[in-house]
Parts: sequence; structure tokens; C-alpha cells
Amino acid sequence: MRLVVVMPFAMLALAGCQREERSLRLDPPVEAGLDEVRVMSNGIGGAPPKVYVALGRPYENNAFDLDQGKRLYDWFGCTGCHAHGGGNTGPAFLDGWWQYGADPVSIFVSIRDGRTAGMPAFGRYLTTEQIWQLTGYVQTIGAYSAKTAAPSRNDEMQSRPSENRAPATLGALQPPSR
Amino acid sequence: MGELHRHPQVIRFAAKLRGLTLVGVLAASSALAQSDPGAQLSASTSFSALDEIGAGNVQRLTGGPVFATGRFGGQAGAPSAAGDLVYIETGFPNAIFALELAQASPSVAWSYAPEPDGRARGLSCCGRTEFGPVLSGAKLYANTLDGRTVALDRRSGNKFWETKLADLSNGETLASPPVVADGKVLVGNAGDEFGARGWIAALDAESGRILWRQFSTGPDAEIGIGPSFSPFDPRDRGTDRGVATWPPSAWQHGGGSVSGRIIYDPELRLVFHGTGRAAPWDAQERPGANRWTSGLFARDPETGQARWFVAFGARDPYARGGVAQDVLLDAPWKGSARKLLLHPDGNGFLYVVDRVSGEMLAADPFTHTDASPEPAGPGAVAGPVPSPDENVVVRDICPAWSGATGAGSPAFSPRTGLLYLPVSRLCMDFEPRHASYLAGTPFIGANIKVKPPKDGTSGALVAWDVQARKAAWSMNEPFPLAGGVLATAGDLVLYGTLDGMIKARDARDGKLLWSFAATDGIIAQPATFNSSNGHQYLAVMTGLGGGFGIAERNMLDPLDQSAGLGLAAALSRLPTLRERSATLYLFRLP
Repeated sequence: MRLVVVMPFAMLALAGCQREERSLRLDPPVEAGLDEVRVMSNGIGGAPPKVYVALGRPYENNAFDLDQGKRLYDWFGCTGCHAHGGGNTGPAFLDGWWQYGADPVSIFVSIRDGRTAGMPAFGRYLTTEQIWQLTGYVQTIGAYSAKTAAPSRNDEMQSRPSENRAPATLGALQPPSR
Repeated sequence: MGELHRHPQVIRFAAKLRGLTLVGVLAASSALAQSDPGAQLSASTSFSALDEIGAGNVQRLTGGPVFATGRFGGQAGAPSAAGDLVYIETGFPNAIFALELAQASPSVAWSYAPEPDGRARGLSCCGRTEFGPVLSGAKLYANTLDGRTVALDRRSGNKFWETKLADLSNGETLASPPVVADGKVLVGNAGDEFGARGWIAALDAESGRILWRQFSTGPDAEIGIGPSFSPFDPRDRGTDRGVATWPPSAWQHGGGSVSGRIIYDPELRLVFHGTGRAAPWDAQERPGANRWTSGLFARDPETGQARWFVAFGARDPYARGGVAQDVLLDAPWKGSARKLLLHPDGNGFLYVVDRVSGEMLAADPFTHTDASPEPAGPGAVAGPVPSPDENVVVRDICPAWSGATGAGSPAFSPRTGLLYLPVSRLCMDFEPRHASYLAGTPFIGANIKVKPPKDGTSGALVAWDVQARKAAWSMNEPFPLAGGVLATAGDLVLYGTLDGMIKARDARDGKLLWSFAATDGIIAQPATFNSSNGHQYLAVMTGLGGGFGIAERNMLDPLDQSAGLGLAAALSRLPTLRERSATLYLFRLP
């Protein structure tokens, strides 16, 4: 009897879990299409692949993809040259200056093909989807406005709690104390 | 690209230098190799026998900027003088200028600008970077960051030969000047941070042909370990220690670069060179003693065969490396005359080594350090070195990865018996992270936050009494001392600072006698030489860069505590300087 009462609620709850859709593996034609960026002749800026737009620019605001991008950022040694956005031998991402363009196509091409001032080409190490995930994450590092689905850059070398883990405040009414 | 390429310009202070011709080669830096073998040995002590400028009259020095190279970026090489020309090699893209100071204003006798490989810019990393032309006979030898050694005609700048040595696609660069030894040019690579395997190579001085190349990791045959090899640590007498002390195949990308200065001792016919830190910095990924990284080799320049090796930090879990500048000294030690090698290491210890046998005679801390010398002294055998766990932040480790010393050369004055050490007192928080090796990409594996020590200022000049084995005096500095020190027979100790001060202290007690505010930070060693009218000149190159200047040069954001491997935040209080061009400053008595 009790089961009959609980079941509808359980099914409702399960249905509520569908926050955002993702496929565990991209369809091969989609993956191939995502590689087809049309870049300006100077290598900076251009048009994203048609399928990228048709999918609703998923790598810019999907929490799972951004999170994957963050893991790849650590795993593939991006921190070695760019730190957690502050830069090292490579340029900083936090300061709003982008030597090779701030748009996703420019960043994608930088990661895939490398750049002449020492950025290695990661196209041989990463799949197209992974490069897009990294692109999305790299954009969040330098973003001045929060995204709704953003694992933000690591602040863990701080000896105080990082901003994104600090208790919520009332925004403009109450400036953060730290 | 943000690179400033201005034409070289001469600043009109120069009228004061009328009638100046340089005679007799006299420079403090060992970047100035000479045909007289004895002089080169004394050059390793960074001591100049000139004494016209001394403790009594240094306050009256006049001078200022005389030549702007038009190159933005770190200027780590000291000028060297020979005949009537002064030679300067700038930071990447490594232009070489020969300046004639004979006229009313300095003029460019010739200049050489190689066609640079821009990838090298992103590979210039972490720690000691120094360029400077080396003069030998009619030739001038220089290394470029993008991996080439060039031989030029000293009078005309015409190129004799050029040899490509370092492979940029593996993260290799050249970051130190070559050394001429017995008709050979010795060159070592840099690139620990990219997992490049360290090596030293010998080129034929006439043709540029590669004669031999010996590695820092791997099987004995590739390291030059044969029957004549006798290491200090008895456990190192096994075979293929460069393979057995690593996890399988890890030695192939294990670092140990030869990025510091190589020193040639013509009397013993030995070359000495340090080996860099092991890669990756996360020591959990390389269990074992990680031979032959973070130590010192003595080699036969003829064949490259190793004679002995001492380790300065087995496993080197905090990545301080072993490429700090050595000083060769013939001095009494416990009653008997010995040929000594002094090695102030990044881990904060001054090692005294018998440079004939490779026996370690002493290891004393010259600054605050948490490290333990390894081995712990003569006869001792070191225990296992603990290394921090992955993903755990270990806080307040001193010294930081950038080392207690090592970015600049120390100086030894035979008049005072003191060794003058440029010291960094920075400490760090260190979090090892898993790192995967991908050729040509960073292989570091650490999050690092660098900070000044709790008890104050982040630099010091330490005068170390070699015989008494303790500091005679120590003068704190607001910023780490990144450039080399010069000692002169006038009882002066001269050095430049990151915030652009040129300072002269009394060699005996450290009292500040004279200082000059330049318009850019200094990471180069001062030099001094005599002019034809018999007067002594002091020459200093400005141009902030290198490991400590990376925040300024690459416009890092100190909001991220780990930027520049932690150095950006630690040095964020460095003043913003007005001059963006590496500039030569000259001083003399009126």
C-alpha cells in the first residue's frame, strides 16, 4: 500500500534530476563537424563550426563540460605555463588581454594548433571535444561576470577560503568582507 | 607580439667618456674567457684585481646610462670588455652588440641579430637564465635561447659557424653562456620544467662540429660513466644508477639539465657542472634517488667522461636543483693546502668539495633552511628523503623552489677571505600534483605559492667566512638578490637589485658606501675594466627578467597566487619601472 503512495513521488523526483542533457560519447559526424572551425587568415578569430551553433554553444555553459575542461586543464599541464590564470611563461588569462583573440574559435585554434610564441599544439593529444571543453573552461578563468554553471579557477593556494567557497552574500548590498 | 623592437640608441651622457679605449682584458665575470688559463680560474671567483675605485672614493663615482639596446626583456648577462670593444648579449632574441667607447659617444662597431625561433619564448622558464658572449682568441662564442651556439669574428661580427644543439620541440633551450676549454666549446641545455633530459655537449671551437654529448640521466654509457668514475656516495658505484634509481623509463624525461655555468679548471684539466632539478617536481612520481640530477659532475673535457659526482639533494622534493654557481679556490683546509670547490646550493647549504677527488669536506647552512644536506656531511650516508603527498599543501617551506641562492653568481675576495653570496630568503607553500609527460609541454606537477619569510625581508647579501665556516656579516635586502656579485681589490662588493639599485658595500663590514638608482631592475652581474687612460670603469646592465622578473616581463596577474610559480605574488611589491629597454650604465671617478 505504502509503495503505491511513494512511487509517484519517487518518479517525480527522478524526473526532476534531468537538469541538462549530455551524451557520453559524441556522434562521429558531430565530432568531425566540431573540428571545422573557419579561421581568419591571421589565425585569430573566425566562425565556429555550424554544428557548434546548432547544438546551442554547449561548451560555454554546460556544467559537465566546463568541469571536464577544468580537469583537463590540470591534467595536461596547462598550469605549468598559465598557472591558475595568472600566467607564468605563458600569458595570464585573468587580465582581459588575449594575444590571439578572446573568442572561442581563437582559443580553440590556439590549443589545437599551438602558437608561435611557444604554445605547443595539443591537437595530437586531445580529442576535438576535449579541446572545446578546455576552451570553455579557459574562457571562464578570464570572465569578469559569473556564469550560472561555472567551476571557477582554483584558488586553493590561498590560506583563506576561496571566494567561490565563501559564504553567500547579498551581492551589491553587502560587499564581501575578504 | 608586444615585443619592442626599437633601434639601438645612444644616450647622450657619453660625452664624459671622451678618449676612452679599453686595454687589457679585465672583467669580473667568467663569461669573459681569456687566453691566459690562469686568469679564467680566478674569473670563477668573480674577483677583480682593479683597485682604483675603492672604499675611500666610491662615493665620488659619476656616470649613468650610455647605451640602450632597444631590447625589452631580461638582461642577465654582464658586459665583457676586450681591446677597445665592449660586448653585450641581450636576452631573447639574443642580439649581440660590440660597442666602441673610444669616441665621444659610444658607437656600435657591429651588431649581430640571429633569426630567432619564437617558440623559445614560451620555453624560457624557471630559474637561472644568463647570456653573455665568451671571448677566446679571435672568436666570440654565444648561446641563444632557441638552442644555437654561434661563433663570430670578434672584430667584425662575421659568423664563422652556427650549430643547432637544443631541440625546442622537446622543451629544450640553452640558458647559460658556453665555456671554452682546450679548443672545445662546452654547452649545456635547459628545460627541466618540460621534462627535457639534461646534457652537456662539446663542440670543436674551429668548426662547430659536435665532438661528444653526455647526459645526466640514463645508462652509464650515455652519461660518460666508465672505469675512471669515482662518486662521493659509495652507493653510487653500481652500474646504470641513472636508470635503476628511477621508475621504469622515467629517466627518459627526468630533467637534470646543465643550465648553470660550466667551469673549466685548466690546471686539473677538468670541467665542473651542476645538474638541474629532477622532473617532474612532484617527487611522488619518481620514487628513487633520481641520479644524476641535483648534483655536480666533474668531467674530462677531452672525452666527457665523468670523474666524480656529488649529490646536493637526493630526490630534491622541493625542486631547488643543483646548478648554482661554483667558486674554485686553492686554500688551506684543516691545515693542509687543498684544491677546493665551493658550491652554494639552492637548498641553503654551502658545500665545500675537494675538486680533485670529489670528497665532500663540509656542508654548512648560510641562511635559514629546512632542508638537510645530503649526504649529511663527510662519511655520512643519507637516509630516505620524505617527499610530500600529492594534493596536500605543505606550508612554509624555506627556501622556496627558486633557491636560497643560484640566480646570480657569488664572489670571493682573497683580500678578506670572504665569499659574498646573493641570497633569496623566499619561502613557499607547495602542493604536488600529478603530472603527465607530453613532449614539449610543461612537466612540473606542483601548485606553488611563494612568500617572504615570516621574520622579514626577502633578500640578503651574506659574507661567508670560508675558513671559520660561518657568516661574517649579513645585510638584508628588500628583494631577493637575483644578480651576481662582484668583489674588487678596492675592498668593494658591488651588485644590482631587482628594484634597480646599484649598490657598493664595504667588503670588510658590509657598510653601504654608494648606491645609484637605475630606471630598470637589474639581474646582471656588474663588471669592471680598465680604459687606455688607465682609469677603472664600472659597467652594469639593467633589464628586469629571468625567474624573478617574469611577472614584469610576461605581465602576470598576482591575483592568482600561483602565477609565475608563485613568484608573481611574492614580488608584486616590486616598483613598476619606467625604462623597458636593457641599458648599459657606465661609471668612473671624475
